[in-house]
Parts: sequence; C-alpha cells; structure tokens
Amino acid sequence: MATAIGILILVIVTLLFHFLSPWQFTEIAADWGSIDFAVDLTFLVMGIVYVLLNGFLIWVVIKYRHRKGVKAHYEPESEKLEWWLTIITTVGVVAILAPGLWVWARVVEVPVDHEVVEVVGAQWHWSFRFPGEDGVLGQTAVREMSVDNPFGMKADDPAGRDDILVHNGEVHLRNDTNYKFLLRSKEVLHNFTVPQFRVKMDLVPGMVSYQWLKTTRTGRFEILCEEYCGMGHFAMRGSVVVDENAAFEEWLSGYPTYADILAEPEPDLAAGQAQYAVCSACHGANGEGNAALNAPNLAGQQDWYLERQINNFKHGIRGSASGDTFGAQMAPMAATLIDEAAVRNVVGYIASLPVSGSPATVSGDVERGEEIYGTCKSCHGADGNGIWSQNAPRLKGVNDWYLERQIQNYRQDVRGSHPQDLYGKQMSLVSGVLRDDQSVKDLVAYINTL
Amino acid sequence: MSYVAIADRDHEQHMHDPQTFITKYIWSQDHKVIAIQYSLTAIAVGLVALVLSLGMRLQLGFPDTFSFLTPDQYYQAITMHGMIMVIYLLTALLLGGFGNYLIPLMCGARDMVFPYMNMLSYWVYLLSVLVLCSSFFISGGPTGGGWTLYPPQVILPGTPGVDGGIVLMLLSLVLFIIAFTMGGLNYVTTVLQARCRGMTMMRMPLSVWGIFVATILGLLAFPALLVTGIMLLLDSTLGTSFFMPALLSMGEISEHEGGSPILFQHLFWFFGHPEVYIVALPAFGVISDLVSVHARKNIFGYRMMVWAILSIGVISFIVWAHHMYVSGMNPYFGFFFATTTLIIAIPTALKVYNWVLTLWRGDIRLTVPMLFVIGFIFTFINGGITGLFLGNVVVDMPLSDTYFVVGHFHMVMGVSPILVIFGAIYHWYPKITGRMLNDRLGRIHFWLTLFGTYAIYLPMHYLGIQGLPRRYYAMGDTSFLDQSTQAMNAGISIAAFFVAAVQMIFLFNMYWSRTRGKPSGGNPWGATTLEWQTPQTPPVHGNWGEKLPVVYRWAYDYSVPGAADDFIPQTMAPDDVPTTDDSYHGGEGEHS
Repeated sequence: MATAIGILILVIVTLLFHFLSPWQFTEIAADWGSIDFAVDLTFLVMGIVYVLLNGFLIWVVIKYRHRKGVKAHYEPESEKLEWWLTIITTVGVVAILAPGLWVWARVVEVPVDHEVVEVVGAQWHWSFRFPGEDGVLGQTAVREMSVDNPFGMKADDPAGRDDILVHNGEVHLRNDTNYKFLLRSKEVLHNFTVPQFRVKMDLVPGMVSYQWLKTTRTGRFEILCEEYCGMGHFAMRGSVVVDENAAFEEWLSGYPTYADILAEPEPDLAAGQAQYAVCSACHGANGEGNAALNAPNLAGQQDWYLERQINNFKHGIRGSASGDTFGAQMAPMAATLIDEAAVRNVVGYIASLPVSGSPATVSGDVERGEEIYGTCKSCHGADGNGIWSQNAPRLKGVNDWYLERQIQNYRQDVRGSHPQDLYGKQMSLVSGVLRDDQSVKDLVAYINTL
Repeated sequence: MSYVAIADRDHEQHMHDPQTFITKYIWSQDHKVIAIQYSLTAIAVGLVALVLSLGMRLQLGFPDTFSFLTPDQYYQAITMHGMIMVIYLLTALLLGGFGNYLIPLMCGARDMVFPYMNMLSYWVYLLSVLVLCSSFFISGGPTGGGWTLYPPQVILPGTPGVDGGIVLMLLSLVLFIIAFTMGGLNYVTTVLQARCRGMTMMRMPLSVWGIFVATILGLLAFPALLVTGIMLLLDSTLGTSFFMPALLSMGEISEHEGGSPILFQHLFWFFGHPEVYIVALPAFGVISDLVSVHARKNIFGYRMMVWAILSIGVISFIVWAHHMYVSGMNPYFGFFFATTTLIIAIPTALKVYNWVLTLWRGDIRLTVPMLFVIGFIFTFINGGITGLFLGNVVVDMPLSDTYFVVGHFHMVMGVSPILVIFGAIYHWYPKITGRMLNDRLGRIHFWLTLFGTYAIYLPMHYLGIQGLPRRYYAMGDTSFLDQSTQAMNAGISIAAFFVAAVQMIFLFNMYWSRTRGKPSGGNPWGATTLEWQTPQTPPVHGNWGEKLPVVYRWAYDYSVPGAADDFIPQTMAPDDVPTTDDSYHGGEGEHS
C-alpha cells in the first residue's frame, strides 16, 4: 500500500506542479502560436497517457499485492489485447505527429514577402547586417575578416556596398513584418535564440542556415546563444528590439553602410590633437594617466576600444549608473566630441602617443592571480594584449589601480548593467569568478607582470 | 565433419581452474570475476562523475556564494560528467558488468566462448578509464568541449583542454571501443553458440535478449564513433580539415578549409542514438525479468517483448538526426526523422504496457527489487513522454537546448537505467555473494533516491519551458526568467546533494552485507532462470559442476495452474514437476 501511495504522491505533485508552477512559456512575440499549439496539444495527449498509465500502475500495485493463498494468473500473452494496445498507441502518436509536421511545414517554408537580416555569431558576441536598398546581401569570406572588416565583406562585390553593418549586439526589427534571418558564424557553432520567438537555429561556420518569423509585438527581448561555443558561451548575449516602423527607420539610419565605412577618411591628427587638449587636463599630455585625478592612461590602448568607450560615455551607456562617480565625470567630457569624426580624430591622436610604462601600485598573490587569469585569457589573450575579434581590450600596461576599480565596478554592477552595454554585461557575468576583493588584487598583480 | 554444438562437446572441455590469487581474481578469465571487475571499475569512475555533477550544481544553485569552479572548470566538469556517465559507467556496467555475469549463467554456458579475449576486454577498458582520468592531471586539464565533442570549438582555443585533454579523451574512446568490441564479440558469440541443450532463442530470458541486441547495436554503432574520433584526432593534431571549415579564431584566420561541422554531428549521432538503446535495451531486459520474478507471474507477451527489442534495435539506427533538428542541417530532414522517432515510441510504449500488464493479476511481492521496478516504470513513463515532445520536430524547437532537454535525458537515461541497475544489484547480489543485501537499508535507499531524483529533474522541465538555456555557467540578470528561477535552481542543487549522500547508504549496504548479510541460499527469490539453479552459490569456475544443465521450458513459468510451487525452474523436466491437482497441463513452451 505504501508503495502505491508513494507513486500516487509523485503523480499528484507532478500535476500540481504542472498547473501551479510559475515557470511557463514566455509571452510570445512572433506569429508562432501554432508552435505553442503543438506543444499544448502534446501536453494534453501526453498528460492523459501519463495519468492513465500511472493510475493503472497504482491500481494494480494495490489490487494485486501479495495475499496469502492467492496465486498469480497464468496467461502468457493475449494477442487481442496487444493488438488493441498497438492500434491505440499508433492513433495517439499520429494525433501528435500529424499536427506537428503540419506546423513544421510552415516553419520550413519562408513566405515570399519577407525582409532579410543577417545574424553573425562570433566568440562571444552578435552582430547584424541589413541588405540595404538593393535588398541583396553582398558576399563575404572568412579570408577577408580583419579588425577593419569584421564582417569579412568582399570589397569587389557591388551588392555589398549598400549593406548596413550593425557591429553591435543589439538589433532592431520592424513590428508586424516577416523576417528571414540568415545565420552565419565566424568560427564555431552558435545558436540564435530569442525565447519569445520560439524558433531557434544553429549558426554553423562554413555555411549559412536560416529561420523565419513574423514579429507581432514591440519590446526588448534577450538574444541567447544556445549552442555551446566555448568558455564564454554563457556570456554571449544580445538584444532584439522590435519597433514600430518610424522608430525602426530612425535606428537603422544611425548605422553606416559598407560604402560609408570604406569612405571614412583617415583620422585628422591635428584636429584630434586640438580636441585632446580637453582630455590632457586629466589624462596627461601624453595620455600617461594621472592617479591623483583618477584618470587612467590611454596611450597604447586599442583605438576601437577607446572609440567604443567614448561613444558609451557620450550616450549615457557608461558613467550613468549610480555609484560610478568617476564615470560620471567623464560623461560631459566625452560630450565635447560632437560627432563620429571628432571621436575618431581624437582616438587617432591617442594612438600616435608614445607608450610609457605604468608603475605597479597594487600588490597581491601573483600565482593565484595567474590561475584566475586563466578565465580572462580566452578574450584578452595570454599576453594581455587584447584580441579584436573578441572585443577585448588590452590589459597589459593599463594602470593597475584603474583595472582594479573597473573590475570592482563590474562585480558591483556599477559598470555593465546598462541594457545597451552588452560587452560590459559580458564582463559583469564573467567577473563572477572573482570571489572577493583579494582575488581582484591578485589578478591585477598578475596582469602587472605581463 | 558436421558442426557439433558447444553444449554437446562439454566432455571435451578441460576447465583449467585457476590456482593462484592472481589468476583467480586479477588476470582472471572467469566471466563472473570479469563482470565484478567491470562493475566495480564502472561504479568507481561513476562516483567521480557524480562528484563532478555536485560541483556543477554548486555553481548553478549558488552562483554568488560558491564560485570555486571557473567557467573553464565548469565546462570541463559538464563534459567529463556526461562522457563518463554515458560511456564509462552505463555502457560498461550494463554490458561489461551485467552482460558478463548473466549471459553464460542464463544461457547455461560454462563461460564466455573466448575467455582470454574477455579478460583482455576488461584490462583495455581499465586502461581507457585511466587514460581518461589522467587528463585531470595534465596542464590545461580535460577537454571542456561538451560530451558531444562538437568541432570546431572542441579543438579551438577558447575551449578548455585543447592542449591535451581532447587528445586523451579521443585516445580513451578509441581504447574503450577496442575493449567493447572484444567483449561484444564474445557476448554475441556466446549467446549464439554456447547455449545449453533446450535453450532455444525463444526460451531465453529477456535480460539476455536485451543485452544481446544492445551488443549488436554497439558493434554496429561504435565503429562510427571510432572513425569520427580518429578524424577529429587528425584535425586536432595534424591540422587536417575533415570537420573544420575556414574560420577566424582569436582574431586570426586559421589554416583550415572545407571541412563540415555538421558531418561530425551526423557521424556522432549515428553512434549516439543507438548508444541510448545500448543502455536502454539491457535495462528493458533486466526489468522484464525482475518484474516477472517478483510478481510471481510470467512476463506478459514474451514474443511481443522480443520483437519489440528487435524492432527498437533496428529503428534506432534511423532516428539519429532528431538530435540535430536545430543544427542547421537541411530542415526537410525534420519530416523523416520526426516520423521515425515517433514510430520507435510504439514498440517502446508496448514494452511499458507489458510490464504493467505483468503486474496485473500478479502476486506482487514488494521486495526491494520490485520497488525499483515500480520506480523505474514510473520514471520511464515520465522520460518517455517528454521524449515524444522532443522527438516531434516542431515541439522540439522551443525546447531544444533548454533545461527541458536536461530533465528529459536525465529522467530517461540517468534515473531510469540507474534504478534498473540498483534493482538488479539487489536482485542478483545474493547469487554473486551468497548473502542478501539489508532489506531495511534497501527500502530507505529506494524511497530517498526516487523522491530525491524526481525533485531534481521534474522542475528542470518547467525551467526549460520558460526558456532557461542549458550549458550556461551563470545566468546573470535576465528579463524573461521568473524571479523564482534562481531559488528553484538552489532547491535542485540541494536535492542533488541529498541524492548523492543517500547513495552512501547503498555503498555501505554493499560493503556490510558482503560479510554480514543474511545467508541467501541458492535461489532466495524462487526464480526459474538458470543462474539460480547452479550447484553452488556463488557459482564456482565453470558454473555447473559435472554436467551442463538441460532446459525444458521458457524462463517464465510462474504460478502455473496445478503446479505445487509458484515457479518451475527452466531445468525441470515435464514429468518431474510436482503438482497439486489435475489442473496441471504443463507450462508454456513445454510443448514447443
């Protein structure tokens, strides 16, 4: 009896859990109600099977448990019963398979009127490409990829000139629109998943896969990589923002075409030097930094990283969080750089400055720091020089007190918590490996030795 | 000269009984000793995998409190946990352990037909385990590429263990496959050639059928893994491009060109899906025998059960790409593989019906093995049902790569076979040692394990429906997950620790009962099959003493009307059956 009650409890708990659990499908944001229907139908059919089978099991265990003098029935087989069971099971299977395949046929077939967006996955971030006015994506190749051409655009393909390149983990989409996502990976498997969209598909290096959907409501949704892609897999996040038409157009117009990027002039160093006068007050004439003013050294840092951070300061993505006192100081300074060209010029000027050493001020257990750095090196490189394709800046030679403060900021969500700071979010996720303040010191002490 | 069956040449056999401790227990060629060697090694390495899973659960349950695993170590733990559990524990224990012990005893053979090769099989298996575990001690540690070892990432920087861990993993797999092949050829040949007189194929216990068909699956499926492993090894060490396309790794363009990552997945799962049934079929077989013995009733629909095992075996080779619905392969494959996958559910469901129908109108003894049988049926119903979600391609879409999948495969491939293994150990321990396992400890072990594992895996399904992705070291703040998700994760972790602790009861019971358990006698459960009819318990070398047994009936003559006892051993001749009244007309198979 106890046995049957034990199983009965488990069955009841399961049913209660199913109906009461707070963990249900997210509110759908694509026209894939048919997928939800297929899931619900499966739950219904399988729920019935679950209750019937377990109910029978429980009843049998109660009814036919050992009683003195009662012998088991001897019946090797019953062809009739077995046939019936086979037929009923087959009917049940068809009942869930047939609608499933019918919906699948819709998932596979992309409707004729659709817009195309390319989703590019790389360790461990997302970027996006729109085909531009001609509606055709230009050709790409791995061999073309470099720090200046992260998409691997083929310069000789005219179709690529008007492609709009969104080198940023946030993409916007038009509401109420059919989208076909073309999925491309630079190096390993990834998977483009937005839980609210229901569909998902792997990105496979060496080929282009696809998925399609119709957006049905506006909002901001999280992109997750759902195919294991190495150490940083869990930190490979992005955002999809579904906008009404006007907002979408405005967003898209903020991104350059490939032709725009090709036409960008070399940075004007003289103009950059003039702009840098504002910066030099704190960061020093040679970008050597000033600990007393809490201004880190800039010389030697990668230009793409400086450019991104200045823009983050300008747009309130960085320096706006409460608790970020020094970041808040930087925000109005960055605002003095009025446009993209000004930012590029000043960054170009900083790149021309001589690199001077940074004195060690933080001490810690270097050996332990080296162990911890094992996690960092997948992006920042074993030598601490940073890796452009991972969007990871140079750490070697950066003022150690600045590194310590920034790592603490990531740990305390002072930095990396803005929804548009996706690279910062990556850091705040990874900084979870640093248990305590001493770990941060140990790590920085090791970076000093690089 | 015409062929003479092995059973008819028994007088030619010279059993060279081992004389020394070393030949008896170490370099042993006795299938029973080899079975115990296999089992203990598998359990030992399984405990390593269990500890790894606890590390993972600490990280997932309490990401801010305990962070002694770095992301690298977390992924290494995931990888080694999965690979050890599937290959080095389950496959080795069910085939190397149970297969070795049961096949000769249940078929009425004196040993495996190639005892020396059998011994070699164990030692190569042990070597493969040692090679695998040695990767914990090399610089860079074991591979952290996930147990499926998907290229390109498994051999590229950014994944732990690219320096040596992956090479040791692949070498270990190659060794394991060699070991498996030597053992597997033995099991198949023994079943086909060394059955005693009267033991027709359709009189074999279902345990033997399950292990037999699983072994054939293994012999056909493991070669696919072997070539895949070798090709991956070449890609990783010599820079070939079987699976590696042109790519940009760590900011640099690699030398690779033209390989196909999806090809790897097809080859891997061509092995990987039959592997599921390599584990499941022996478990199905064992459960059938346990349910019959402890319900004192013949297995319901024996012929159907055999056909179900065979058809599952065949179909299991054409369902592999259901692991790849979202892999980027041609989506039209989805139609075919969803259909085959749901077809395989039909014979599987029939097996479940037949187990429950065996209990129906039975004389159910709620012994510890029977508790595990009931627990297995319950968890297998659960895991089988969620399999129908994931097999149906469009339902799989939102659930793939989430905790729903983790819950499903742990329920169906973790909890279910482990419950079978426990049930089987409680059932056969008396034959192996001559003593019963402690009954009270066994019951405590069962209930705590069943409730504990259910508390781990049931919630995972719902977290997955919500969209919680698997293979995530940490979730951080996300907008789409309910606030309570982290609390549930902590609860799951606590349950996992609880279940792990409970297994100590089992280990203690195994150790304690070895010398202090109640003496069992030769046939404590009143079972019909041959292993319970040996002249000595535990059976000695050669199993049967002077004369091989002769079989007169099928393995399931329980509660035959008119018979005096509620079981008739397979060795009982029709005329010798003690009867109570005239209603006795013989058991099934006596007339066939």
